[in-house]
Amino acid sequence: MNNREIIARRVAQEFKDGDFVNLGIGIPTLSTAYLPEGVNVILHSENGHYNFGPLTCEEDKDPDSINASGEFCVVRNGGVFFDSTVSFGIIRGGYLDKTVLGALQVDQEGNLANWKIPGRVVPGIGGGMDLVVGAKKVIIAMEHTAKGEKKILKKCTIPLTAMGEVDMIITEKAVFVRENGGLVLKETYPGVTADEIRELTEADFTVDENLKTMSI
Amino acid sequence: MAKIISIKEAMDMIHDGMSIMVAGFLAVGTPEKLIDALVEKNTKDHTLIAISTAYPNKGSGKLVVNKQIKKAIVSHIGTNPEAGRQYINNELEIEFVPQGTLVERIRCGGFGMGGFLTPTGVGTEIEEGKQRITVDGKDYLLEKHLRADVAFIRAHKADKNGNLTYRKAARNSNMVMATAADITFVVADEIVEVGDLDQDEIMTPGIFVDYLVQV
Repeated sequence: MNNREIIARRVAQEFKDGDFVNLGIGIPTLSTAYLPEGVNVILHSENGHYNFGPLTCEEDKDPDSINASGEFCVVRNGGVFFDSTVSFGIIRGGYLDKTVLGALQVDQEGNLANWKIPGRVVPGIGGGMDLVVGAKKVIIAMEHTAKGEKKILKKCTIPLTAMGEVDMIITEKAVFVRENGGLVLKETYPGVTADEIRELTEADFTVDENLKTMSI
Repeated sequence: MAKIISIKEAMDMIHDGMSIMVAGFLAVGTPEKLIDALVEKNTKDHTLIAISTAYPNKGSGKLVVNKQIKKAIVSHIGTNPEAGRQYINNELEIEFVPQGTLVERIRCGGFGMGGFLTPTGVGTEIEEGKQRITVDGKDYLLEKHLRADVAFIRAHKADKNGNLTYRKAARNSNMVMATAADITFVVADEIVEVGDLDQDEIMTPGIFVDYLVQV
């Protein structure tokens, strides 16, 4: 099992049946492939709908029905289309149960950096800043390090997406939850110790007294 | 009542330096024929207000590729490599705005409000130069209204009074942008007689629409 799949499988365990969620591209979206039996989530798309389902094949595609990644998709029965202001009202208004996004850096204060690397072409912000301030729970799904560089830091060093909004971090090695303003290590991948996590993590964290093994 | 005009008549009203709202999300909901006509007219130094710079060959991105845009006020350029290239070479100024903030600023522009308070962007670069206001113990940024000289709107159906409907995800920024420009141009898939649209299904009242452009 590769890192992406481990992370996606663990993310999927966070969903409850009927959750309204907005998922970033990549690993967050991949998590829906591993939803537990009997759990269905309702996917919200920034461009203006929720309850979208499968991507459509070339013959069936409707030019007016895309998701926020620009892929043609079907909005299922029970789903709704709305305009951009309503879409972001849903986001900022706190109606989404969860958002799952990737990150360049996260820190022990719950700060998130995932939109800009100084000196590189910036793709932009899109709906990311609104999602992290608005969603009830913000889950960061990412590889623990990037080419050996630590990503879970004491303090983010690149421009922030939002301040203090991250609730949970899921990597291929560990699960952290932010509690009482600090990070708590809750789970490690089978065979990985808390000390090994410390080696790979710059942030200060406490180890939960009931530290568990990730069950994937 | 909206006036029905030709694409040439529409283009005669557009001049160098005007700010232009181009509705659409990744080109879905963008009136491509107005964009194509503007590319042909080749006016310069426009400020583009759009959710993104779309694609090099689709939507507002074509204006960027043709170097007609001096400044873009957008939330994303990642799908248009030419926008990125012009940006790093200082040929194109970009104001990045969080998408929810962008559409709400436009709503304020259209609806007579000076701005609004949002928690989005507090403590980030987006805050620079803006006022932080605390309401009931929570911090917000004051984001100001946004209007444009002209707006390019794509509707599904328009009646001859300018009342509009949209299909599916094509409404996105169309509904707010139709309210927030001095001149609103609409290209509809179909223009119908007054009375043909169910009054309950109209999404943009014709009072916001200046011209229906026949393409």
